[in-house]
Amino acid sequence: MSTFGDYTRNIGLAMAGKSPWGNDGGDKPESGSGGESGGDKPKGPRNPWLPGGGNGNAPEEPRRSANIEDIFKNRGKGGGGPGGPSFQMPRRPGGKSWLPFIIGLIVIAGLASTSLHLVAAQEQAVVKTLGNYTRTLSPGLHLSAPYPIETVDIEDVQGVRTVRIPDSGQEVKLILTGDQNLVDLSYIVRWNINDLEDFKFRLVEPIETVSEAAEAAMRASVAEKELDETFSGQGRASIEQDVRERMQATLDSYQAGIRVLGVEIEKADPPAQVVDAFRDVQVAEQNADAARNQAQGYAQQVLATAQGEAEAFNKVYEEYRMAPEVTRQRMYYETMERILSQTDKTVIEADGVTPYLPLPEVRRRSTNPPTAVTPAPNSGGQ
Amino acid sequence: MENLWNNYRSAVILTGLAIIAFFTSAYIVPEEEQVVVIRTGEPVGTVNTPNGSTGAGLYFRIPLIESVRRIEKRLLDLEMTDEEVLSNDQQRLLVNAYARFRITDPVRMVERAGTTDGVRTALEPILNSVLRQELGRRTFQDMLTAERGAALANVRTNLDRQAKQYGAEVVNVQIKRTDLPEAPLESAFRRMESDREREARTIRSQGARDAVIIRAEADAEAAKTYADAFGKDARFYDFYRAMKSYETTFANREGGPENSMVLSPDNEYLRQFRGRR
Repeated sequence: MSTFGDYTRNIGLAMAGKSPWGNDGGDKPESGSGGESGGDKPKGPRNPWLPGGGNGNAPEEPRRSANIEDIFKNRGKGGGGPGGPSFQMPRRPGGKSWLPFIIGLIVIAGLASTSLHLVAAQEQAVVKTLGNYTRTLSPGLHLSAPYPIETVDIEDVQGVRTVRIPDSGQEVKLILTGDQNLVDLSYIVRWNINDLEDFKFRLVEPIETVSEAAEAAMRASVAEKELDETFSGQGRASIEQDVRERMQATLDSYQAGIRVLGVEIEKADPPAQVVDAFRDVQVAEQNADAARNQAQGYAQQVLATAQGEAEAFNKVYEEYRMAPEVTRQRMYYETMERILSQTDKTVIEADGVTPYLPLPEVRRRSTNPPTAVTPAPNSGGQ
Repeated sequence: MENLWNNYRSAVILTGLAIIAFFTSAYIVPEEEQVVVIRTGEPVGTVNTPNGSTGAGLYFRIPLIESVRRIEKRLLDLEMTDEEVLSNDQQRLLVNAYARFRITDPVRMVERAGTTDGVRTALEPILNSVLRQELGRRTFQDMLTAERGAALANVRTNLDRQAKQYGAEVVNVQIKRTDLPEAPLESAFRRMESDREREARTIRSQGARDAVIIRAEADAEAAKTYADAFGKDARFYDFYRAMKSYETTFANREGGPENSMVLSPDNEYLRQFRGRR
């Protein structure tokens, strides 16, 4: 009884905006309306929304709270609210209230909304009759018993769902490889629902289970690979395939009703802490290639020169062979001509004449050795 | 209204009582749940248990005396905290595993553990210790690939044995993560780094080696070409090459030193210069 009193008092608070502790004034009869107070005038269920029988708004019902009709009436009398049109409910023939009709409509609408179900093409729905799974609805419009009796749960079955691991914003997850290195992997799992009944009733958290199974499977698969394999395209493909199969096996063992459509490795990188060393390997590869290229260039050049010179010699030799003596003479004179025409020439007839020649070679030879020797005896003598 | 009440008073009261009785005694057991009926603290019956004869649906109890305890019927997960495991070759590994279990004997569960959270609290330390025991027998390398061996199956069996006391059944145990603890992690990074440095150095020196070989091969090839051509007449080559060499050495080049020559009249070039003797 006391809880009921609290309840009504709270209603009084909500309606009148008065303090729930100030148990006076208009609130007093409200809190006392427990049920047996109107013993001489019983009115059945004391629903504030229902007008009391045919009496309408009889004065002996002061505690009846405002209903929709009252609100509308008051607005009509007041000449309309600010800007609002003056609205009056049309009178029903016989002067009775429209309320039963409105309530009926609401009830029907409520029933319809809980018993008519449009299942779209990608979806299916499970129906529970009093909590007991009874059937699965395929796409289309379906009827069921209204809410408390049958509950219908529509779920997208065909649609592909994705789980990204690690989630964006999560810390990077380093996975140990078989050769005890670490790799920074991120991947996406695509899945959909295979069996809606299993999906709904076998696992508490099917979606979290998918990502957990994925993590376990990925870790197990990567642990069987070496680090370099996780970077290569072929290694990745085999990991993806492996993870998919492992996950499916795990989920099947839970009877999760989930089909794993695919696993895609988005990136497989070395951990950030050692990424420089990994880059240096690539740089080294390029350096090595560069060195090889330069050597190739040199080789081409040397060979081309050799071939050119050999060819030139061959050509001259051909001529030479025809007339060796003359060719030799001719080449000699031509060469000398070219050389001597460009140089200063001095022709000296007599033997024993030594002209002054300011040759840098001679000068250097005469001055250098004494200066190098002189300090040594001085220091040694002291 | 008054007539209705006066005429059918008993019927209305009876109907009201019936409605109240219905709503206080009926309860719905959904597919996802199993229920233990408790009468004054004693479990007296179950509904919708995994192996039971009753299914989900509408059930009745005696109001006020009997109460129902709803228990999850679906697979529950048991997460463990990160556990540092020492392998038998003295390496440390942080392991994080999870188990999936379901309540198969709700009565026992209610008696021993109270709620499913109680079961979790009871099982978590067991999972930790069983896992550590099982993995601790293996080498570090085997721990990484624990799925391949029987380790997880053993963990599951051991955990399941314990879980039976609480009316639970462990479906499987999976290792979710294996991480290196802080210090080994650092040394692993160092090792990876030095590994890569070695690789980089190898690649660079291989490149250098290849370059040297390529150059030497070209030189050899060129020498062979020269030899083939010049070997036809060594004396003529000597002359031919001398001519070329003189030209390169003595010819005036742009910006080069000024050449001046002192020639003896006996020079071969000046043979004709002296006139016929």
